[in-house]
Amino acid sequence: MQRTTMDLWVGLFVIMGVGALLILSLKVGNLNTYSAGQSYQLVGHFENIGGLKVRAPVKSSGVVVGRVADIQFSLETYDAVVMLNIDSRYIFPKDTFASILTAGLLGEQYIGLAAGGEDVMLANGDKIMKTNSAVVLEEMIGRFLFDKAADDDF
Amino acid sequence: MSKRLIASIQGVGHGVIEYTWQFGLACRFFILILLKSTISLKRFGLVMRELYFVGVMSLIIILVSGLFVGMVLGLQGYETLQKFGSETAVGTLVALSLVRELGPVVAALLFASRAGSAITAEIGLMKATEQLSAMGLMAVDPIARVVAPRFWAGVISMPFLAAMFSVMGVFGGYLVTVVYIGVDAGSFWSQMQSNVDFHYDIVNGFIKSCFFGVAVATIAVFQGYDAAPTAEGVSRATTRTVVTSALVILALDFVLTAFMFRGVS
Repeated sequence: MQRTTMDLWVGLFVIMGVGALLILSLKVGNLNTYSAGQSYQLVGHFENIGGLKVRAPVKSSGVVVGRVADIQFSLETYDAVVMLNIDSRYIFPKDTFASILTAGLLGEQYIGLAAGGEDVMLANGDKIMKTNSAVVLEEMIGRFLFDKAADDDF
Repeated sequence: MSKRLIASIQGVGHGVIEYTWQFGLACRFFILILLKSTISLKRFGLVMRELYFVGVMSLIIILVSGLFVGMVLGLQGYETLQKFGSETAVGTLVALSLVRELGPVVAALLFASRAGSAITAEIGLMKATEQLSAMGLMAVDPIARVVAPRFWAGVISMPFLAAMFSVMGVFGGYLVTVVYIGVDAGSFWSQMQSNVDFHYDIVNGFIKSCFFGVAVATIAVFQGYDAAPTAEGVSRATTRTVVTSALVILALDFVLTAFMFRGVS
């Protein structure tokens, strides 16, 4: 086989390989939703995080604005401390409400941010003051049954 | 009775020592290749030639099997997921299983049996016909001239082949579930994109295929170089390449998976 044809085929092979990697990262994966790592961190204290996981999405009005960076348990306040990496394109007022929600009935849990009305904005490292815990199904059913039983007695 | 017992224990010991010996030889051979590959990487035309035979010629089998694996995944995934009413998640299922596991592993297995065996047979036959010793007499290092280019061709082409396998698989899954069964195309792609992470899934799959490339290439050239210089020896070495590669790929896959995806996030 001629040298030049071989070079051509190998060149095509490498281009196809690189193309396949690009397709994988852009079309199959979520590389296009990464914004070059420009983000800032917020902290939220939650009484109960339910099944929230690291890398779970942070959404506002359904749009992904960031991801959960880290989850820890605080020994000072005895609650869960959740670090959020928020895309620096999106800034939120100081009185933003953070709640842990569930996508669908059995879906994954995510953090929903509901913007408040204050003029001061949250900056890197700030703490979200208003948080809402995850809804734990067992607790809800338990409370419902308890209420029902109490109603029946009287 | 006791003599037979001792003899059988001796047999076990002999086997263990033999395998350890082989493993040590393979590791030393690997380091030797790395040390001598500067020369062959400088003459990149040699690697280019092998890339053609090892990479380009494996394209057909990789692409066709990728397509079929993806189509089967799509069918089977749809069959199970529709019981839970979540058939749109089939895109995620196909993409994740291909990118994380099947792409690197099946591509490496196919690569070992298509290209690895050919490399072993070629080097083994060169040894059997004393071409390697002739090179040595002419002061041409056979490791730098024959072995290293084939090794590097295997290492370079493996990640590309695995990526193409995954892409073809995703395309096959798309064909079966969206075009043939009629799952909504929009949710197929969007579910896939929201669940396949670039760093966690794609980069880890890529790293896996790099490891497999190094393993298969090392085993193939070592078995060829180590083959007994007879017709029988070459045929045995070719078989050993395929068997050892398959075992090493699967075992290595478990180890890498255990490091990459521990289940704790």
